[in-house]
Amino acid sequence: MEVKGNNKGTLKRISGPVVTAVGLNAHMYDVVRVGNEQLMGEVIKIQRDNTIIQVYEDTSGIRPGEPVENTGLSLAVELGPGLLTSIYDGIQRPLEVLMEKMGDFIERGVTAPGLSHEKKWDFVPTKQSGDRVGPGTIIGEVQETNIMHRILVPPNVNPGTIKEIKKGSFTVEETVCVLEDGTELQMMHKWPVRVPRPVTEKKNPDIPLITGQRILDGLFPIAKGGTAAIPGPFGSGKTVTQQALAKWSDAEIVVYIGCGERGNEMTEVLTEFPELEDPKTGKPLMERTVLIANTSNMPVAAREASVYTGITIAEYFRDMGYDVSLMADSTSRWAEAMREISSRLEEMPGEEGYPAYLAARLSEFYERAGRVEALNGKSGSVTVIGAVSPPGGDFSEPVTQNTLRIVKVFWALDAKLSQRRHFPAINWLDSYSLYLDTLHDWYDENVSPDWNIVRSWAMEVLQKEAELQEIVQLVGSDALPDEEQVTIEVARMLREIFLQQNAFDPVDTFCDMQKQYDILKTIRIFADLAYGAQKVGVPTAQVISIKAKNDLPQIKFTKDYKADLEKIVANMEAEFKALREA
Amino acid sequence: MKEYRTITQVAGPLLFVEKTEPIGYGELVNIVQSDGTMKRGQVLDTSDEVVVVQVFEDTRGIGRDSGIRFTGETIKMPVGRDMLGRILSGGGKPKDGGPDIVAEKRIDVIGAAINPYARSSPDQFIQTGISTIDATNTLVRGQKLPIFSGSGLPHNEIALQIARQAKVPGSDEEFAVVFAAMGITKEEENQFMADFERTGALEHAVVFLNLADDPAVERIITPRLALTTAEYLAFELGYHVLVILTDMTNYCEALRQIGAAREEVPGRRGYPGYMYTDLASIYERAGIIKGKKGSVTQLSILTMPGDDITHPIPDLSGYITEGQIVVNRELHRKGIYPPINVLPSLSRLMNLGIGEGYTREDHKKVSDQLYAGYAEGNDLRGLVAIVGKDALSERDRLFLEFADLFENRFVRQGHDEDRSIQESLDLGWELLSTLPEEQLVRIDRDLIHKYHPKYRKAAKQEA
Ligand SMILES: Nc1ncnc2c1ncn2[C@@H]1O[C@H](COP(=O)(O)OP(=O)(O)OP(=O)(O)O)[C@@H](O)[C@H]1O
Ligand SMILES: [Mg+2]
Repeated sequence: MEVKGNNKGTLKRISGPVVTAVGLNAHMYDVVRVGNEQLMGEVIKIQRDNTIIQVYEDTSGIRPGEPVENTGLSLAVELGPGLLTSIYDGIQRPLEVLMEKMGDFIERGVTAPGLSHEKKWDFVPTKQSGDRVGPGTIIGEVQETNIMHRILVPPNVNPGTIKEIKKGSFTVEETVCVLEDGTELQMMHKWPVRVPRPVTEKKNPDIPLITGQRILDGLFPIAKGGTAAIPGPFGSGKTVTQQALAKWSDAEIVVYIGCGERGNEMTEVLTEFPELEDPKTGKPLMERTVLIANTSNMPVAAREASVYTGITIAEYFRDMGYDVSLMADSTSRWAEAMREISSRLEEMPGEEGYPAYLAARLSEFYERAGRVEALNGKSGSVTVIGAVSPPGGDFSEPVTQNTLRIVKVFWALDAKLSQRRHFPAINWLDSYSLYLDTLHDWYDENVSPDWNIVRSWAMEVLQKEAELQEIVQLVGSDALPDEEQVTIEVARMLREIFLQQNAFDPVDTFCDMQKQYDILKTIRIFADLAYGAQKVGVPTAQVISIKAKNDLPQIKFTKDYKADLEKIVANMEAEFKALREA
Repeated sequence: MKEYRTITQVAGPLLFVEKTEPIGYGELVNIVQSDGTMKRGQVLDTSDEVVVVQVFEDTRGIGRDSGIRFTGETIKMPVGRDMLGRILSGGGKPKDGGPDIVAEKRIDVIGAAINPYARSSPDQFIQTGISTIDATNTLVRGQKLPIFSGSGLPHNEIALQIARQAKVPGSDEEFAVVFAAMGITKEEENQFMADFERTGALEHAVVFLNLADDPAVERIITPRLALTTAEYLAFELGYHVLVILTDMTNYCEALRQIGAAREEVPGRRGYPGYMYTDLASIYERAGIIKGKKGSVTQLSILTMPGDDITHPIPDLSGYITEGQIVVNRELHRKGIYPPINVLPSLSRLMNLGIGEGYTREDHKKVSDQLYAGYAEGNDLRGLVAIVGKDALSERDRLFLEFADLFENRFVRQGHDEDRSIQESLDLGWELLSTLPEEQLVRIDRDLIHKYHPKYRKAAKQEA
């Protein structure tokens, strides 16, 4: 695979982020250094003697005639201790280091490795000399944060026998293990971002990723290793939902990609996460998090790379046997970056100017999600949740449509809901999860034997309400038959109490499965009592205005809610009893 | 400096120049016409065969006999502290008869991105004195919050009222204003300038004017000059800067014009596919930097073509900015000022700057409840139009009346009425108290007991 011929050429044309070089011997996706300042770029097209390169940094001032050098390597990330708590740009340059090197603004031409090459980590071997190892084998451990970082044999190393393995404090570049054939292993290895890391087997995702968000866990759950899309117009709640998932989902590692979005949103994560605790471990959330930030005003070519950088890091932790969840906000900006580069290449545009390979790229990306048996036999997963930002909020556009063809869960954000501050503004009629069947048993066993029954009941009520609302719009609610007026009230409770969840309330932001079940079940109890009372002749107006249920919304904001909830149920029963007897 | 006379083609705002030495991408270009007039442009594409130059001024008078001088550097702007109080053209040249700016520094106008690691989260409440902003769509220092309006609506009045009244309670630092006009009319210019003069705002303002009859392509650099100035004032001199950019719609039209001249494949409705990225390079230039004293707050104005919020200009803007204030024609017709429709309006940074220790503990919940009540009442209006008021339940009638009250008491206020945040929130409570208490499901019980007028009165009577 070494580069033959000339690995140096000259620039011929510069047109924004796309430049053309001549006289360069290059292969597709080789990383090249462009111009006197050696800006990083990647080969994206070869046309006779012309090599077309996308540049990851601003190209202002670069002139024809400047040199271009081929490194002969692919765009790769550094994988090893030091990833957690980091914030990177799209090509894994640590933003903290960039700030030290060039100040508050991101200037170009600065290189910085993804991992610190100076820092020492305590390496504890889990294998000894004479042991057989192969691709993906865990040879040792490093306590990185509260997360144990397992050191893997790179997937592309031949199997062999350990000749020597060390214990102690090393940098990521120092050799910690030598095989009989002379292969030296370090704690860090590099992996090309555009190549999925190999696994032994993909398994069926049948455990839910518990997110603490009622509408997600309750109505439209996603499995660990599954894929979901959150499309929605601007301001409808994609980022807030993604951040809630990054905070509260029961993944062990979180990779959060801010792709073409706001700088302040990344800063918010940086300030907030270190202060928040993982509800499961009690440790700061930041310790399990890796951030990738290519904000909307950073170079577009690096935006295109950012999703690959993120998913490769996610796969790496998966290979250690962790459940990883990856949020990409927003995949539309990635698609637009592809469109922009493609149009500079003067490629034949497909739908709405997107390149013809849009669908293929999207599916290749989501295909990297999954629950797997890693090469070392461990089981791990990458769950991928992508935000989609359709122009004008119109879901019929190509990025949304192509994404929906691939993902298994669809959380449809709805501007009508967000405008009235119904949050999360996820439309319960349009959304779906194709994991309901595979997760059915898990909920039965782990939440309650009647969970699935109550859940289906709630969905039916909500659907029924939608039909009834159409009638109400024509004749007013008083004209509905008594029973249906109760249904309308029950549906209102489901919407306002169960579905609405305030991401900014310290208690309501996260709701465990037990509490989700308790709330849902209480609404069900109310419904049963209400229909029952109505049957024996209690007037509807009285049925739907019993006092006890007014306390129910407060349960959401109460941490130790059990006693209060029992009281509400008891009061409800007493009130209904009195009504029936009157 | 070498002068070329090798223009081979002039197309719209673009010049194609051949047989040059190697020219840098993005370089500033001077074009010398045969009558000696000098114009400026920028390199959009460069190769050893042809260089494409975008001219920032009218191309009238440019021909194959015009001379081209490549300056060898990207566009830089001279900045200095004596800029405050000055009126400059959309291209940055003095327009007030005063001397040239004394350059303490020359800064590249294409601002580099602020490293997210260097940013600090904006969380300082700015009181604008307008209830629909302060109580329900709070602005904070360092935010970018545009006004989405329509032609003929009073967005300028609103922007001016904000500029006049904006303050951070408990701080006496005044905002420096950077005002950039792109393609606005002479009347609009007069309206802004008269107000700035009347209030004395001009002394701590820098004004950039590109009017409707100035060259459209100049508008491409006007906001960048303004933001370069703002960043200098904020991050080097420590000012809190309020940037007003108007009208971003004219900016986008200029962008479209250049795209068309380059024969690019157009994106949605003829606007360039890279408009999102381009707009982001403007809107993202706001915020606060750790360890620096100043801040850049952006209040841009755009008129939505056909009042359509899904039009690419408001749509792409909304995807970048941190919320939007939406001005509504129907409210305007009803004679309500400021005709701000809170439903599609949003401030995303609101949560960071409100609540206990910032504004008041009940702020968020009151706001949510006002929204929910107004949304519900507003929906019922549609129903009433069909079935009449009588078919409504008692509950629905109350919500319907709430919506009217909300518009007439909460939204409506005077051009010079400067409400404190306490006044705005109390007004909110007053309106909410017309609804049955058990309908206030968005508010915690203890806040109701503390702030609901009913309990407050009771508490007063007891005391
Ligand atoms: N679950 C929630 N609880 C409370 N508020 C919410 C919730 N979800 C969204 N919001 C409100 O909606 C606003 C917009 O949400 P968000 O920033 O997530 O939108 P978005 O879909 O990411 O928009 P864009 O595409 O422009 O980035 C938030 O600032 C917040 O005020
Ligand atoms: Mg977002």
